[in-house]
Amino acid sequence: MSPKTLYDKIWDAHVVSQDEDGTCLLYIDRHLVHEVTSPQAFEGLRMAGRTVRAPEKTIAVPDHNVPTTAGREDPKNMTEDSAIQVAALDKNARDFGINYYPVSDIRQGIVHIVGPEQGWTLPGMTVVCGDSHTATHGAFGALAHGIGTSEVEHVLATQTLIQKKSKNMKVEITGKLRAGVTAKDITLAVIGATGTAGGTGYVIEYCGEAIRDLSMEGRMTVCNMAIEGGARAGLIAPDEKTFEYVTGRPHAPKGAQFEAALSWWKTLFTDEGAHFDKVVTLKGEEIEPVVTWGTSPEDVLPISALVPAPEDFRGGKVEAAKRALAYMDLTPGQKLTDIAIDTVFIGSCTNGRIEDLRAAADIVKGKKIKVKRAMVVPGSGLVRAQAEEEGLADIFRDAGFEWRLAGCSMCLAMNPDQLSEGERCASTSNRNFEGRQGYKGRTHLVSPAMAAAAALTGHLTDVRELMTEDA
Amino acid sequence: MDKFEKLTGIAAPMPLVNIDTDMIIPKVFLKTIKRSGLGVNLFDEMRYDRQGNEIPDFVLNQPQYREAEILVAGDNFGCGSSREHAPWALKDFGIKSVISTSFADIFYNNCFKNGILPIVLPQEAVDVLMKDAEKGSNARMIVDLEHQTVSSSEGETFSFEVDPFKKHCLLEGLDDIGLSLEKAPAIDSYEQKMAQARPWV
Ligand code: SF4
Repeated sequence: MSPKTLYDKIWDAHVVSQDEDGTCLLYIDRHLVHEVTSPQAFEGLRMAGRTVRAPEKTIAVPDHNVPTTAGREDPKNMTEDSAIQVAALDKNARDFGINYYPVSDIRQGIVHIVGPEQGWTLPGMTVVCGDSHTATHGAFGALAHGIGTSEVEHVLATQTLIQKKSKNMKVEITGKLRAGVTAKDITLAVIGATGTAGGTGYVIEYCGEAIRDLSMEGRMTVCNMAIEGGARAGLIAPDEKTFEYVTGRPHAPKGAQFEAALSWWKTLFTDEGAHFDKVVTLKGEEIEPVVTWGTSPEDVLPISALVPAPEDFRGGKVEAAKRALAYMDLTPGQKLTDIAIDTVFIGSCTNGRIEDLRAAADIVKGKKIKVKRAMVVPGSGLVRAQAEEEGLADIFRDAGFEWRLAGCSMCLAMNPDQLSEGERCASTSNRNFEGRQGYKGRTHLVSPAMAAAAALTGHLTDVRELMTEDA
Repeated sequence: MDKFEKLTGIAAPMPLVNIDTDMIIPKVFLKTIKRSGLGVNLFDEMRYDRQGNEIPDFVLNQPQYREAEILVAGDNFGCGSSREHAPWALKDFGIKSVISTSFADIFYNNCFKNGILPIVLPQEAVDVLMKDAEKGSNARMIVDLEHQTVSSSEGETFSFEVDPFKKHCLLEGLDDIGLSLEKAPAIDSYEQKMAQARPWV
């Protein structure tokens, strides 16, 4: 048999049928659902008199719209249209008998944090969700990607997707990361190197020593932003860390089934000599803490750099850079570390896990914020509870941070957490598009440690400076 | 779904690269449980000021492009979120085809599910069509899905690639859930096999 990549193996294990032109019906093991991209799909099912084929493999949780402040179980504390969407999800989950975590449940949180936390996401699975950051689940060696609402309806009705295979791309991060450099810096640095369309048509496998060294949380951060590089999905071969993470989770297999699963999971790696259509290699030692200066995630620079000029770019990017600089109100040649920050947001499916909160709390401990507003929004109720138990919540509160309930929050500002016009935010989320965090709001994407550093100094800051002070 | 007929229409130029789904339909308009009615909010933050007045410079506000049915756009159109609200908004406005050098994957798929044809062409071809689109409403482009060609108002013709299955569904206006449900026996037997091989799933 010819050598296969990890992606090839998972793909082959899920093909239900294949047409002559290569179009496949691919079986879906886990379907995650949230309130924003699903109402029209359920409505479509009802109108066609169809039902959910595998409700036991379908998991729903409201996250995008829900407020992150107390009293949110009461629909009166939501805008009317948000309340309608959440109520629609409640009803659809009940009517079709799918697994559901309502806002009142401590397990509620961002769909991409809840899935792994509850053991729904396991190695070798196909996982889809009507949300582009489904790539997150690739950290487990699962083939996970976002789909549109029509496809949500298709999966609900058939538990399959019509797919053509993507090409294989390898992103290797060799060596060790330096202190102060995190998974977020890796994933941003990769997008900076390849561009937001660099992965289009590919499924990325991340590998190399620096990836192996990451915790599961860090690997989720890396895979989360595969979509920002244009890839359909990003994945990482499962290893002992993966198996340990899933062991004992509520929906992970137990006993003999676990042993059977484990022996299959251990075959999930790229064979020696398997073919990749594209290879990108970065040296771990050369990655610095990075920030974005513009309005595309590819607008990445090391924190030590200067704001670029439009002339530094070519083609259509010249106009885009001009527009981005005007939008972000930056001047070419300005030091990135001179950019003053109004607001700090720590959270999202990129960086709302316990390890992210620990990294930020490490920097914040015993200090006070200098920004107008700083908030921590844990990725799930369980992350929140754990952070409280570990004393992280107190560290944040004492420093002047708001300590919120779980949800997407200011990652996309569909709930009341929004930037005002011109407000500038250091954010641990994944998109710095115009208006993403609020109309005319300005976003700089950073790691949790870098966000914490900016909160303490009031401007974009190289977190390593704060770390040496402490040492 | 409507069939995609041969299209002769006005094309609007949008040379900006990386036009993302937040630009196409800002999230405030995602709080709907319907598919229709999003056209008025297409490109909302570029199209209207905060008071809701049209921004005259924006291409779709210019008289010659109000009836546009085709967009010619910069690289990586539709990047960002999976929101199908983006093609819903384009469709509701009346856009039936988008031409660019590249599209984001999920957006590209979503277009086909809604009767919109996204066309990938090399930079040189997009440059020619962009110039043509800049001529305004007298210049009508022709998109011929059957023969997989786009022609400028001057008659320069470019061929494009499209997946045969997607083309078939678009030309016939087929509902692919219906098509997949015809394969239910194959899905049943896959599930039976997996109940043995991977019972933990
Ligand atoms: S946290 Fe942000 S990126 Fe993640 S699912 Fe929510 S809105 Fe999407």
